[in-house]
Amino acid sequence: MISAESRPRLAEKARLRFDRKAQQYLLLFPERGLALNPTAAEILKLCTGEHTVEAIIERLLETYDSQPREAVEREVVAFLAGMAERGLVKAGR
Amino acid sequence: MSSEVRPYTLVAELTYKCPLRCVYCSNPLDYGRHADELDTGTWLRVFQEAEDLGVVQLNLTGGEPLIRNDLEPLIEEAHRLDLYTNLITGGIPLTVERLTRFRALGLDNVQLSIQDVGAGASDRIAGLRSFDRKLEVARWVKNLGFPLTINVVLHRDNLDRVADVIALAEDLSADRLELANAQYVGWALQNRAALLPTREQLERARAIAAAARARLRGTMEILFVTPDYYSEFPKACMDGWGRRFVVVSPDGLVLPCHAAHTLPGLEFESVRQRALGDIWRDSPGFNAFRGEAWMPEPCRSCDRRAIDFGGCRCQAFHLTGKAAATDPACRLSPDHGLIEAARAQALEAVGRAMPLEYRARTVSLRG
Repeated sequence: MISAESRPRLAEKARLRFDRKAQQYLLLFPERGLALNPTAAEILKLCTGEHTVEAIIERLLETYDSQPREAVEREVVAFLAGMAERGLVKAGR
Repeated sequence: MSSEVRPYTLVAELTYKCPLRCVYCSNPLDYGRHADELDTGTWLRVFQEAEDLGVVQLNLTGGEPLIRNDLEPLIEEAHRLDLYTNLITGGIPLTVERLTRFRALGLDNVQLSIQDVGAGASDRIAGLRSFDRKLEVARWVKNLGFPLTINVVLHRDNLDRVADVIALAEDLSADRLELANAQYVGWALQNRAALLPTREQLERARAIAAAARARLRGTMEILFVTPDYYSEFPKACMDGWGRRFVVVSPDGLVLPCHAAHTLPGLEFESVRQRALGDIWRDSPGFNAFRGEAWMPEPCRSCDRRAIDFGGCRCQAFHLTGKAAATDPACRLSPDHGLIEAARAQALEAVGRAMPLEYRARTVSLRG
């Protein structure tokens, strides 16, 4: 489960790569890839196992300071939970 | 073609040689005619050209890619090009030392084939004593920190053991399990009478896989590839002809799928003569079934034409003799009776042992 104290990291099978053609980040894993919007890419770049979800949210708030904190929190947690469910992000402790 | 058409995946078929002789091998029946393999330098050039074209995923496959003694420089270059590199292998011949080198050179994923859950049944399909060694390879893969995909081709004789297959994959700590029902082209079509399951078998296995998928969500991804012989509509073969995948055969032919060179009347070009990108964009073989202009009815006016792209060209040809026919797997195809007849045959064959035709030996292993 992803919580505020989790230190999420990309699963061993998943790797981020910038795609020159489409000018966006891709998350690559066996036989598949996900095209990431800039926010998703920013979140996943911080999924190194060092940062807590809390810290990731703080970092995003620096960029998206016009958004209410609760909305950003909700979105980050929902996104990471979805990625964890797909086995692409590990919750970490 | 519109500028958005770019391949995402290069399927590098490094060799058709293989110590295994699986009775559903997807290599062409005449694989011996493509024995003049590309050298290391040419593959390195192809990888670079593929990356220039937009490829981000590389499948190193065959035959058995481990037969090539130049996998090390190929993996090293793929890693330098930031390609997500997947070694698709039967695990033989391999040493833990070589696998350790692959890890250091940046290989991303290992996909290991296992034919069944026990040595007897597995080795019978593979035509080689190999099962125990494969389990050992799977453990090396995990111990070295690689993600592990286990691929099991499903057919009449192992579908009823799908729960055991899942348990084995869990035991091996696989990250992904591909339960891939055999696709009946190539060798599998030759052996269809012995391999095609009944609908009842298939539905039971599908339910077991679905329950396991829910139970293992987030831990082990389980993919269940339905055989198109039992689906209403055809599969979107290769995500559509010349749309996402580019395949290079061991002798350098650039293909939209691994069996396209079995289709008569199509001209495919070699990376020995032209750059990969030029072939991808304008070779006649690549453009033959791109888009919708080639489609016959009922595909042409079907609202699923952008979902399944008319199905598999190779299946259409090998069953009807016409590469541009609607895939007979589709219930709307005028040739769908061919599929229904095969299903009826599968029902009649229940409980009967059928002979299997094997690939010839292409590799002999010492020890």
